[in-house]
Amino acid sequence: MDKYYMGIDVGSVSTNIILMDEEKKVHYKKYFRTQGKPIEILKEGINNLVEEIGEVEILGVGATGSGRYLANIIVGADIVKNEITAHAVAGLNFNPHIRTIIEIGGQDSKIVIIRDGIVVDFAMNTVCAAGTGSFLDRQAARLGIDISDFGSLALKSKSPVRIAGRCAVFAESDMIHKQQLGHNQYDIAKGLCDALVRNYLSNVGKGKEILEPILFQGGVAANIGIKKAFEEALNMDVIVPDNYDVMGAIGAAILAQEEMKNKRKTNFRGFEILNMDYKVKGFECNGCSNKCEVVEIREKDKVLARYGDKCGKWSSLIGDNSIKLA
Amino acid sequence: MKLTFPHMGNVYIAAKAFFEELGQEVIPPPRNSKKTLEIGTKYAQETICLPLKIMIGNFVESIERGADTILLTGSCGPCRFGYYSVLENNILKDMGYRVRFIVLDPIGEGVDKLKKNVYQLFNAQNIKDVLEAAKIGWQLIKKADYITDLSNRKRAYAINSYEVDLIMDNYFKEVEKTFGAKEMMELMDSTIDKLNRVKIKQNFSPIRIGLIGEIYTVIEPFVNLELERKLGHMGVLVEKSLTPTIWVEHHVKAFPFGSKLERLKHELAKPYLKTAVGGHGLETVGSAIYYAQKGFDGAIQLLPLNCMPEIVAKSILPNVSKDYSFPIMTLIIDEMTGEAGYMTRIEAFMDLIKRKRRTVANG
Repeated sequence: MDKYYMGIDVGSVSTNIILMDEEKKVHYKKYFRTQGKPIEILKEGINNLVEEIGEVEILGVGATGSGRYLANIIVGADIVKNEITAHAVAGLNFNPHIRTIIEIGGQDSKIVIIRDGIVVDFAMNTVCAAGTGSFLDRQAARLGIDISDFGSLALKSKSPVRIAGRCAVFAESDMIHKQQLGHNQYDIAKGLCDALVRNYLSNVGKGKEILEPILFQGGVAANIGIKKAFEEALNMDVIVPDNYDVMGAIGAAILAQEEMKNKRKTNFRGFEILNMDYKVKGFECNGCSNKCEVVEIREKDKVLARYGDKCGKWSSLIGDNSIKLA
Repeated sequence: MKLTFPHMGNVYIAAKAFFEELGQEVIPPPRNSKKTLEIGTKYAQETICLPLKIMIGNFVESIERGADTILLTGSCGPCRFGYYSVLENNILKDMGYRVRFIVLDPIGEGVDKLKKNVYQLFNAQNIKDVLEAAKIGWQLIKKADYITDLSNRKRAYAINSYEVDLIMDNYFKEVEKTFGAKEMMELMDSTIDKLNRVKIKQNFSPIRIGLIGEIYTVIEPFVNLELERKLGHMGVLVEKSLTPTIWVEHHVKAFPFGSKLERLKHELAKPYLKTAVGGHGLETVGSAIYYAQKGFDGAIQLLPLNCMPEIVAKSILPNVSKDYSFPIMTLIIDEMTGEAGYMTRIEAFMDLIKRKRRTVANG
C-alpha cells in the first residue's frame, strides 16, 4: 500500500486536501469550496480521495487554515499549525532562497518576509477585504465574466482605468461608475487588478522590505492579471509555484512529516470517519454576562469537543486543553 | 457618597480595599464583559478609542448597582485621555444619569482643587492622614501587581498551566466578598501561597515577550483578549512595560522627576524619537529597546484602533526591530477584533521566534 502524509487546509472559502510522499512530492490535490459547512466538505473531500486512489496508508496528518482546530477534531491531526507558518514552510520547500511570500486567499491576504530561510516578519490584512479572492469573485460576476478569464482579459488592456481600491465598497461603486462611462471590460479588469495590488502593497505590505525572489501563492495567484500588476508595481519578477493553490496544505503535510520523526503513531482517525455522524450544537452559556456562544461537536453520544467559552468552563470538561487555544 | 471607578486590570482590587478602609462606600463595576462593551459601544461616539467605550459601560453598570460618584484620574497630555472626564460626564448626562465626577487632575492643573478632592476622598483632615492612607494604597497596588506578575510567571513554567487559571479565577471571585484592606491582604497572601505551590517544569527556559504599547490595552485583560493568559498557556513568559505600579512610581512617587525606569526608556528612545508624542508613544519606543537589550525574544505592541501616540510609535518600531534584530508585532484592538485572526498572528509570531532561537542556537 502506498504511504502518504496528508495536509489539510480548511479556509473560509476553500478546503484543500493533499497527499504527499516521503520525498515531498504531491500525489493528490483537491480544492473544494468550504461553503460554510466545513465538516461535510471534509468528509466529502476524504471520500473523494478514497474513490480516486483507494485506501492508502496515512503516515501523518497536518491541519492548517482558519478551520484547523475543527479539522483536527474530525480527522485527527498530528500537528495543527497557523496558516502563516504553513505557507512559509511550503514556500521555502519550493524554493529555499525566497525572501518574500505574497499570499492572497479567499478572505485574507498575507505577506511573509523571509531572510536566510527564516521568517523574520509577516502581516495580515486587518480591516478591509478589498484585494482578496471573494472581492474579485464578486466583481467578476458584476462584470459578467468568469473568474478564470479575468486575468487574461486584464492582460488585453491598453489603457487601464484607475479605480479607487482603498475600500471594497468604494472600489465597487467606482467600478460601476467607470462601467457607466463606457470603458471596455479589459481596461476595467486591468484597473481592478492594479487597484487591488495598490491596496495590498499599502495595507498589508506597508513598511515591509519586499525583496526578490518573490513567491505569489493562494487562490488569487491563478489570476495572471494580478501577477502582472504586482510585477509592474514592484518592478520585480514574481514566481507562481505549480501548486500555488494548495501551498497551505502542503506546508501542513511537511510539518506533519517533521512531527512524525519523533512520534510513533499518527493521530489520524482512519477512513472510518466517513461513516460517522457528527452533530454540531451551539448554545449560549448563561454563567456570566459574557454570554459566550459555545459550540459542541458530538459523535453519537460522545462529546468530541467544546469551544467558544472564555473561561474554560465547558471546554475543560473534555479534558483536552489544547482546544482552548482556538 | 457611593463611589465607583472604571476598570483597568487589577486596579479595582487595590482601589476597592483602599477606599473601604478609608470608610467610603465603594461599588466597583462588575468585571468587564461583552455586556460592558455593548453598553459602551451603544452610547459612546463610534470613532472614540476603545477604553472610553469600556469605561462608559463600567459607569452604567455601576450606577445600576447604586453608585452616585465616579472617580477618575485626569491627564493634560496630548492624548484624548485628557478629555475623557469631560466627554464621559456629558455622555452620562445625555443618558439621563445624575452623578458626580471627581477628577484627580495632575498637580499642574491647580493644587487647590487636587488637594480638596484628595482630602475628601481620603476622609483626611490633614496631610498626615493623607500620607498614612496613601501608604496603605501603595501596598495594595504593589501586591495586586505582584500577584498578576506571579501568575504570569507561574503559567509559563507550570506543568499544568490551567491550574494557575483556576487559582486566579477563584481569587477574582473572592475579591468581591472581602471588605477592607486587612481582608484583602489576607486573600492576597493566601493566593500567593497557592500560586507558589503550583508544580513547575525544571530546566525550562521559556520564550520571553515584552508587552508594550498603550497603557489601557496592556493592562486590561478583557480588552487585549486575555493575551497574558494565551501566551502563558503557550509557555511564554510575559512582562508588561506598564503596570499600575510602574505608573504610580513614575507619576506620583517620583514626582516631579519621574521614575528611573521611565527616564531610562526616554533616553533609549532618543535616537528614534526626541520628544513626547502624547500618551505613552515615547515610552513604547523606549520599552521596545529596553526589552531588546534585556535579551527578550520579542515584543508585542498593543493599541486601540486610532490611538494617535501609538500609531507614531508603530511607524518607528520597524526601525528598532531592524537595528536590534528584535521581532516586534503590532496588534490593533477595537470592539470588532476577531479572536481567530488574532490567535493566528500570535501563533505565527511564536513560530517565528522559536525558529529564530533554533538558528541562533545552531550557529
